[in-house]
Amino acid sequence: MITSNPRHLRGSYDVIVVGGGPAGLEAAVAAQEAGADHVLVVDREPEAGGILLQCIHCGFGLHRFGEELTGPEYAQRVVKQALAHRIDIVTDAFVLDIDLQRRVKLMTREEGVSLVEARAVVLAMGARERTRAAARIPGARPAGVFTAGMAQRLVNLYGWLPGRRAAILGSGDIGLIMARRLTLEGVEVAGVFELMPHPNGLNRNIVQCLHDFDIPLHLSTTVVEIHGHNRVEKVTVAPVDGDLRPQMERAWEVECDTLLVSIGLIPENELSEQLRLRMDPVTRGPVVTSAMECSLNGVFACGNVVHIHDLVDFVSAEAMLAGRSAGLFAIGAPLRPDNVRLLPGENVAYCVPHTISTEREHTVYMRTRRILEGCRLRLVAPDGRIVYEKRLRYVFPAEMVNLKLKPAILQHFHDDALRIDIVGRSAER
Amino acid sequence: MLFDVLIIGGGIVGCAIARELSRYRLEVALCEKEVEVGFGTTKANSGIIHGGHHAAPETLKGRLEWEGNQLWDDLAADLGFGFARVGELTVALHEEQLPVLDRLLHHAAVKRIPGVERWEPARIRSEEPALSHDILAAVYAPTTAVVNPYEACYALAENAVQNGVTLLTGLPVRRLHQKDDLWEVVTPGAYLASRFVINAAGLYADVIAAMAGVQTFTIHPRKGEEYLLDKRLRGLVKRVIFPCPSPVSKGILIIPTYDGTIMVGPTAEDVHDRTDLTTSARGAQTVFDAVRRLAPGIHEKDVIAQFAGLRAAADGEDFIIGPTAKRGFINVAGIQSPGLTAAPAIARRVVELLRDERLKLELRDDFIAKRPAPIHFAALSTQEQIALALRDPRYRRIVCRCEIVTEGEVLDAIARGACTLDGVKFRTRAGMGRCQGGFCTIRCMELLARARQLPMTAVTKRGPGSWLVCARTEEEKASAT
Amino acid sequence: MGEIVTVRYLCIGCPLGCRLEVDEDLEEHAIVEVRGFSCRRGKEYAIQEHTAPQRMVTTTVAIDKARWARLPVRTSRPAPKDKVLEICRALRTVRVSAPIASGDIIVRNVLNTGVNIIATRDMVEWASPQNIEA
Repeated sequence: MITSNPRHLRGSYDVIVVGGGPAGLEAAVAAQEAGADHVLVVDREPEAGGILLQCIHCGFGLHRFGEELTGPEYAQRVVKQALAHRIDIVTDAFVLDIDLQRRVKLMTREEGVSLVEARAVVLAMGARERTRAAARIPGARPAGVFTAGMAQRLVNLYGWLPGRRAAILGSGDIGLIMARRLTLEGVEVAGVFELMPHPNGLNRNIVQCLHDFDIPLHLSTTVVEIHGHNRVEKVTVAPVDGDLRPQMERAWEVECDTLLVSIGLIPENELSEQLRLRMDPVTRGPVVTSAMECSLNGVFACGNVVHIHDLVDFVSAEAMLAGRSAGLFAIGAPLRPDNVRLLPGENVAYCVPHTISTEREHTVYMRTRRILEGCRLRLVAPDGRIVYEKRLRYVFPAEMVNLKLKPAILQHFHDDALRIDIVGRSAER
Repeated sequence: MLFDVLIIGGGIVGCAIARELSRYRLEVALCEKEVEVGFGTTKANSGIIHGGHHAAPETLKGRLEWEGNQLWDDLAADLGFGFARVGELTVALHEEQLPVLDRLLHHAAVKRIPGVERWEPARIRSEEPALSHDILAAVYAPTTAVVNPYEACYALAENAVQNGVTLLTGLPVRRLHQKDDLWEVVTPGAYLASRFVINAAGLYADVIAAMAGVQTFTIHPRKGEEYLLDKRLRGLVKRVIFPCPSPVSKGILIIPTYDGTIMVGPTAEDVHDRTDLTTSARGAQTVFDAVRRLAPGIHEKDVIAQFAGLRAAADGEDFIIGPTAKRGFINVAGIQSPGLTAAPAIARRVVELLRDERLKLELRDDFIAKRPAPIHFAALSTQEQIALALRDPRYRRIVCRCEIVTEGEVLDAIARGACTLDGVKFRTRAGMGRCQGGFCTIRCMELLARARQLPMTAVTKRGPGSWLVCARTEEEKASAT
Repeated sequence: MGEIVTVRYLCIGCPLGCRLEVDEDLEEHAIVEVRGFSCRRGKEYAIQEHTAPQRMVTTTVAIDKARWARLPVRTSRPAPKDKVLEICRALRTVRVSAPIASGDIIVRNVLNTGVNIIATRDMVEWASPQNIEA
């Protein structure tokens, strides 16, 4: 695909985008369309496209392109779009630091380390995987414990098998997809183990990745110990009680030489933390305005760096917004201010963006804490008045809820904060 | 191969002895069963150079602790590894612990350790605001320091090799025979002979002693679990924080490691299995319950890595250093805490013991005291980074993005002896950060495979059996049909 | 009417995951009843899954002279579900060489299913497969 295209870096850019996945590439194009002449995308991998390049399965692009694509196909489309817009992309490169004046310390293969000025910066670094240590799985520390994403990279890009018989912890989509991938490549999958009483991935993946191959899914079960001095030899798994405490007396052992850990993603925010951006403790990403601007003027963010998305299509949408804002900021056009804070209320874990304007249309993304049926999503004023209510058939923590907010809804709203509640019947099963 | 001195065990103690002996005109070998040095107890050490006032002055370890402490500044400067005298606080949470503080002050006075003093709550709060307000008093020691123990170990081994020591890794000693004035050392790969054998075999020191026919002690492995916290907690405490010690352990500490990351631990649990490096839910609970009493802001959710090490405690708890009934066989055993601190002093003591045993010791005039320090790209100033990257293209690509480790550093580590993923990790920090190798493992594997001309299937985490990938996908497919 | 058997499916249309049941008359080879759905798409899915289940197959094939060792591929359209493993097995012996363009047909009419195997990305020619400068 594509590697670095600029022969030489400029000393300054209108917009520098950190990360060349879908978020970064879509933001770059939007920034240019908003008027920024010189846009640079920096990616640390040998080619732009992001993690989608290793997600060779289908299920991407229904919203963005109106057809179902594989990860590489989606990635290639956004890369080609960026190239068509003559965006500078530098790969195998790394942003070491960004200072408060938006001077970017950049490492590239061609020029080594240099300082490049940016009028605006877009953070689009994506996410990293939660590790075995983050889940504090006790036991030995042998080789053979991989995050699902690393195993995916090994198998799908490098063509290496991580082992012969694997157990998978976590039933998120990446874990399920890897169960199928390993099976198709001749690795036996001993089972998928999920701490929660419900699977965390799409039903489609439960059916097509597990049922199709008779791979057992053990709900309310977790890995309590890893065995093996040099290489994984087995894992002990145990059912958990209602408080998620392992019931050791019912534990059993699973022979395997590989454990894949697929227990969630965390926004990659090294740079955001270096910049001392205001962070949301729930999303673990930066707090953003409706223009996707962070707490530091001229710094924007989009994609999994802000909050973990389940569909890349929404990443694209968010990135276009962030890129457009960065482009406008870079050419000196004023960004219109927000006037209302959004606060997550009942059953709502977080909402993004963190502020909105009553004058414009917004898409608000949120996640619930519980599975609910027959729900009502409510916007509640500080005095308890319900400003807006919408029915939702169901909500799932694993599925992001999108709310289109039109200015008409908030026409007569004059307070400074809106709380978002989602109420409904509990439907844990 | 015939040697004057053969050291069994390539931990911090064996490497310190090897380096000390390399000053003399001697044929010295260091024999290590693992594929790299420092892969045993050393790797899981807390990395504290103890202030000198913890161990009682009348014990051997009490004397070597303070003596060793004072040798570390020069060692770090000469060998180019990180070392910082950050100081420590031993804190009392209950009235009945106050006499312990008095005892520490007394030790310091007897050993003439400068600057050790008692702090009252107001001082503690202003200097270490993250600590609990329940702390009644503390003893401050400015002499306490932190190092990366494996870095020190690699530096010592490397410098020893620079000065002619033969380093034999992946070579477990199977049998020892005394024949006339020589010890025959039988290993699977090589037949070795030496006039003197130094038993620095750590957890296996009693096994080696038994091979020599002088089993006078037993090693009791004592496990310690440690938990490394996310770097956003960097700076939470500035000094090493000790609770008041108990008879068997210095307790569970809060350690600002040399790299700035906070580490908490270790536990102290007697185990039977010398290979039991497992961590446990119970251990985690013990650690976090204990440290929360010292600093309430520390939380388990910030753990990025967990590991366990085994202390090689001998009967009687003191170090066992000295000649044995078998001429030429010298024990350096039972080196538990403060073994890292004492290691340079132990090495000097071993030289004196060899002199007493009438080994002729002549200083070499070509001894190289200094080892060029490895480059740590992330620690350089921007101007230095620019100059380095300009000069050497290997410093233009990041391998580990959590810890900002360049390809050049990984290749340098391999050139200096790293032959496993852990060897690269402990030399460069690649894979030690938040993502725990999620992104850099494959790159490090590729660099190892290429530099050492290994197939990817032969790249291991820490030696034989710890393989990472087993086959090419197409090979597997072919064999499956 | 012959013996009726009930087969259960998990609906994949949405997170509700309806437990679908299909009653089939074994003698007539006919679906008698579909239960458990809560929308039209659910019912259609149950019938499709019961009568002619299909899967889009995505996997990789070996590639030479490229940056990566594997080229991602997919079936040009969904293939019969019972052919999935067989198709993957057939692709075991396939080896291509860069350059490849997204959409290129890698295997035509794989296993006579009428389905082609196509590349899902461009792969340019690369001098050294792993591109490491030691």
